[in-house]
Amino acid sequence: MTTETKPLRIGVLALQGAFAEHQHVLARLPGVESTVQVRTAAAIEDPTLDALVLPGGESTTMALIAERSGLMDPLRAFVKSGKPVWGTCAGMILLSNTAHATKAGGQNLIGGLAVTVKRNAFGAQVDSFVADLSIPTLINPETPFPGVFIRAPIIESVDEKEVEVLARVPRKGEENSEGSIVAVRQGHILATAFHPELTEDDRFHRYFVDMAHQVIKQK
Amino acid sequence: MAFSAPSNLVAQTNGTSSGLKSEFVVKAGLAQNLKGGVIMDVINAEQARIAEEAGACAVMALERVPADIRRDGGVSRMSDPRMIKEIIAAVTIPVMAKVRIGHFVEAQILEHLNVDYIDESEVLTMADEQHHIDKSKFKVPFVCGAKNLGEALRRINEGAGMIRTKGEAGTGNVVEAVRHARQLMGEIRKVQAMAEEELYVYAKDIQAPFHLVKEVAKLGRLPVVNFAAGGVATPADAALMMQLGMDGVFVGSGIFKSGDPAKRARAIVQAVTHFQDASVLASVSEDLGEPMVGLGCDHLLDSERFANRGN
Repeated sequence: MTTETKPLRIGVLALQGAFAEHQHVLARLPGVESTVQVRTAAAIEDPTLDALVLPGGESTTMALIAERSGLMDPLRAFVKSGKPVWGTCAGMILLSNTAHATKAGGQNLIGGLAVTVKRNAFGAQVDSFVADLSIPTLINPETPFPGVFIRAPIIESVDEKEVEVLARVPRKGEENSEGSIVAVRQGHILATAFHPELTEDDRFHRYFVDMAHQVIKQK
Repeated sequence: MAFSAPSNLVAQTNGTSSGLKSEFVVKAGLAQNLKGGVIMDVINAEQARIAEEAGACAVMALERVPADIRRDGGVSRMSDPRMIKEIIAAVTIPVMAKVRIGHFVEAQILEHLNVDYIDESEVLTMADEQHHIDKSKFKVPFVCGAKNLGEALRRINEGAGMIRTKGEAGTGNVVEAVRHARQLMGEIRKVQAMAEEELYVYAKDIQAPFHLVKEVAKLGRLPVVNFAAGGVATPADAALMMQLGMDGVFVGSGIFKSGDPAKRARAIVQAVTHFQDASVLASVSEDLGEPMVGLGCDHLLDSERFANRGN
């Protein structure tokens, strides 16, 4: 556990979705001082906010509420500032530079992560699933991580070479291919297509907290 | 049958969910992702698009909104699959649809249509006055209405992945939704204070499975996501239900029976996100045009109360 920097104050974007679940996991980890629900520009611009999590939920909904609450530019500025950010599911879509299969008329994105995302890539809710993922960067990597995919997006393409692929999931009927990209890291930005906050396994949250401490230390 | 609450709904470490069925994780998990959102009744693709643009986190596809069902009377059933397919094609957010209580064949049809969530709803005419659908047999998740803790836990025991208050749909009157939310939250607080031997008696009294009553006592909340429904018509109504401890809000007739649906829908979405911020609530409540015409609930005959359907 790297706790050389001071314990973190981590914001969770609380416009809509599974934000409480992220808070509940983060709040019990070492290296975290507190978590805070973020709904306003002032909360994002608060200099004591060390890192931000964009939770799962409906990305269309979150983007519309963010626009109407004047949060899009503060969110973009936060990502640009180099502070650690993690997006899960809808949060990953919002962080991506390009998204496909969005609502008619397209969708506003925060951007910053050089990937192309396809929304709802597996189909309807009856196609949602849990899959064991092999993620070498986590602690105890020999234990598979339970990937909860709910109307989940995938990363169709990685568009810059500094984006590191952390996990893939096999596609039905294409078991021999490499599989779809479902977790990536680009410097201070982490993104997962699945929901670690809906599991008992806190290794991904620990990974993010460690990553955040490293990023802040290097700044 | 063992039940494990969805992970991290509450702050404590559950720690016991090793046997958690992955099927229930994704059913209850979709509801967890809908939290803090507004689910809107729509009767065609055009309304569904308006709802999506307004920021709805899901839409409920049905042929007539509850206010019209109430007005028209007669038997009210599952909607035409063609209409449901058109709505699914029109939007990218989850699409829910209603089946009659106990009508498991309507549910099989909706599952086949790839509906994302099924509402086994008292707003439609009951198909079975004794039995609800065995929801654990389906891959598609279900939401069910409840007036109190016993009813909520019976539905969860049958496999519901999400609960909503019944309220009194199609009235534009929030009083019954408030009554059901108060009842449920009050009962939850009560079981939290009980000793285990008292929980056995309480479970018997409210006709709920003991293991679920115990889970509620441990969690201090329902073990699945719980939305408000049945009578929400204004941003203030929606924020009221959120402050009473609901996880999100269904709005039925309240939007498309009002003067300016798009504006009202946007306002209710903002109100649910900023439910504790009176300055936002004041500004979104301004100049919304005509609300839906409301009904006084105290004059309703027992036979006119949708909430009395199913138990």
